[in-house]
Formats: sequence, C-alpha cells, structure tokens
Amino acid sequence: MNVLKLTPFPTQDKEKPLNHGRFEPYVDNGGTVLSVAGKDYCVVAGDTRMSDGGYGIQTRKYTKIFQLTNKCVIATSGMQADTLALQKKLKVMLDHYQKENGKVMSTPAIAQFLSNTLYYKRFFPYYTFNLIAGIDEEGEGCIWTYDAVGSHEKVKYSSQGSGNQLVIPLLDNQVAKFNQLLPEGPKDVPLDQVVSFVKDAITSAGERDIYTGDYADIVVIDKHGVRWEKFELKLD
Amino acid sequence: MYRNQYDSEIVTFSPTGRIHQVEYAMEAVKQGGSGVALKSNKFAVVVSLKRSSSELGSYQKKLFVVDDHIGILISGLTADARVLCNYMRNESANYKYVYESDIRVERLVTKVADKSQVHTQRYGRRPYGVGLLVAGYDQLGAHIFQTCPSGNFYDYKAISIGSRSQSAKTYLEKNFEGFATCTLEQLILHGLRALRETIPNNDTGLNSKNVSIGVVGENYPFTLIEEEATLPYLNMLESDEPVEMQVN
Repeated sequence: MNVLKLTPFPTQDKEKPLNHGRFEPYVDNGGTVLSVAGKDYCVVAGDTRMSDGGYGIQTRKYTKIFQLTNKCVIATSGMQADTLALQKKLKVMLDHYQKENGKVMSTPAIAQFLSNTLYYKRFFPYYTFNLIAGIDEEGEGCIWTYDAVGSHEKVKYSSQGSGNQLVIPLLDNQVAKFNQLLPEGPKDVPLDQVVSFVKDAITSAGERDIYTGDYADIVVIDKHGVRWEKFELKLD
Repeated sequence: MYRNQYDSEIVTFSPTGRIHQVEYAMEAVKQGGSGVALKSNKFAVVVSLKRSSSELGSYQKKLFVVDDHIGILISGLTADARVLCNYMRNESANYKYVYESDIRVERLVTKVADKSQVHTQRYGRRPYGVGLLVAGYDQLGAHIFQTCPSGNFYDYKAISIGSRSQSAKTYLEKNFEGFATCTLEQLILHGLRALRETIPNNDTGLNSKNVSIGVVGENYPFTLIEEEATLPYLNMLESDEPVEMQVN
C-alpha cells in the first residue's frame, strides 16, 4: 500500500550556511558630472550626492571635482573610494613631474598620464568614470572623457555617471547642434550663458535620476585660474 | 691631510679611533661653493654662492626644492647631492601620501643621515661626498639642519658650509642673537652679508648671476629667488650701512 508520507524537512539544508557569495570589491556611489568647453574656458559641473549603491544617501556634500593644476581639473563619478585613490596618485605624480621638469604638467600631458594610470590596472580597474577639463598650452578649452580602463578621447563636451544618459543627449543637441530641425548658425557663446546652460543640464539630471541631487559644484577654468561655485539642487 | 696607513678602506678604523675615509669625504664638502643658512621664528632662509666652471659655462645649481615646506642647499659632489635630493623628495612625497600631512623636517633629515651612515659601514661603498643645509618649516617652527657624509646631522640657528665658510660663521656668531625676531627681508640681508664674507678679495662679488636665495616659512612654501628676483635684495645690500638691528 502506498502511503502518502510527509517527509520531514531536510535538516541538512538548515545546517548549511547561507551562501554569502564572493567579496564584492566595487560599489557605485552614483552621481553625475558634465563639462562643456568654450574657446578659452571650460565649465564643469558635478553633483555632490554620494549614495550607498541603493536607495540610501551617505552624504549630500561630497565633491566629485578635484583640482590638479591651475589649468586643469578632474571630475569623476563611480566609486568614490577608487576616485580618492586615483586623485592621490595623480597628485603625487604631478608634484614629482613639476620638481623633475621645473614646470607644471600641461593638461594634454595629464590627460595621457591618466589614461596610462587607468590602464595599469587593466585587470582590476579603478571603478571610475573620469572627465578631465582644462586649458591646453594654447589657451583653448579642452575636455577628455574616459572609460574605466583608460580609453580616452578629446571632446568639446562630455558627461559621465548615473545621469549621463539623461545629460548627453541634451549636450549633443545644444552644444554640438546635432539633430536640430531648425539649425542655428554657429556662434561664440559667452561664458555666463554656458554656465547657465550647464546649471540647467545638471538640474534636469537631478530631476529624473535618483542618484543625482543635493548640491552641485560649478567650476570654471580659464586663463585667470579655477573658480568654484556652489549651486543648490533638489534634496529629494 | 696626510696619507695614513689606515685610510685606504672605509671599513678600517685608525688606531686613534677615526675613520679617515669619512673625514676625507667631509673634505669634499669643505671644498664646495659656500652657502649660508639662518632662521627666525617664522622663516628659514638659505643663501648660496654659485660657481661656474668658466665664463662660458652656467652657474652650478645649489638650491633644490624638496617639498612645499623643505628645501636644501648642497655643498660638495653635485651628483651625490642630486641622489640625496631625489631620495628626500620621494620620502617626503610618500609620507604625504600615506599620512596626508607634511613630514617633520627632523624626521626627513634623520632618514638622510641614516642612509648616509650605511655608506660608512659597508665594504665597497663610499660615503656621499656632499653636505646639505636643510631649511624647513613644520608644526614645530622653522628649522635649519646640516647633514654630513659621516651620517651625523646637526640642528642650527645659523650656519655656513663650503669654502671660506669660517668668515661667514664669524659674522653669524656676532649677529645671531637678533635673528629670531628679524623680518624676512632683514634675514635675507644678514644671509647675504654673511655670504659676502666668503668671497675672496680678487673676485667679482655678489651679483644676480652667482647668488640664489631660498625661503620657507609660515604660510610660505619653499620658494627659490634667482637671477633678476635677487636684485632688490642685492641693491639693498649695496645701499645698507652695517647692521641696523630693527625689531618688528
């Protein structure tokens, strides 16, 4: 006779430890950075929210932009621990270069150097999405944009981070004038208009991207040096 | 110095308890171009007399930036000095990287001294033939240190090294009591006056080509003053009468 027997709950499974999985070395602290280059200036914006990778906020006031020289800043989104390590490394090398060569490292040189530094860790990368913005040796505004392992390109505008996908189409349309049904002629845009536009761009990113918000650093680099401004975004 | 039986190797003591090779190394320092270092409460200043090999050549660099808060003046074998300078730069940068703060001057000087000592005790290696005057400013204030090929280092209020440095030392001994409260300008002028004592009479004197000045202090990263920038101080030196001690 077949008896329907209830089998007891297998005790073995109860005693097996929970599978924690491997140690996860990376976390994305979120945030957006963007930059637009003008004829002889660069404007960089970066929000200051640091998230814990989920819905939590670790701090509202962590700046993602770091000044390297009087003519160059680096803006980074991604994992802030790696960002900090990378910034420290760059700073040491910049000081070393200055003492050896008697001059400050030029922005294009820094751009190449960052690429090399990132590729050095090709098989355990810095979880950083970088943007170098500054003035080159001729006094022109220039931006280099990177991936995590050092692939880079000189561009006239760029954005990186969690709000990247929201910002980049806006910059494509308004800065590069792509896909405009009624194309405007090329014109030299004055600095304050670009600053205004950049503020709009990061505000818009803050509206739709949950990881972007709180405050933004607006940094202007021109022949007079580097100027910082704090700009409020929404706290939600 | 006379040739002795016990001087051919660094690893051999003499019967009187001296290591002659180390002393010969210190001779190299004494032959180098002269330099003066002095400090007040807020600043440390180094002043050097540069030499050139001929009229055609440039003047040999003697002052080097080690970090924002430390600079050095070298006397002796320049090549050895560059090695030590690089070592100091690396150690200082490393400390800053790890601890996010400036290395204390005495600590860095100790490292250099310890490195120099190794070369007085290992067979096959010769001592560094250079003496450094280290000028620095840290949380404990302004510092002047001298390092020797022997591995010793000394803390000074004011000192000079190099050829004919005794005359400069005499000037410094006469005037050092007032240094602590000097302004930066007065300090530099004292340094230049001391340096002037070391020039032989038949020589050209101090000019913007053969003088360089290094200054470090509170809120004042180590800065080199060279060429045209030295002219204001040299002019003040010309127009000045012997020491009017002004307390600020």
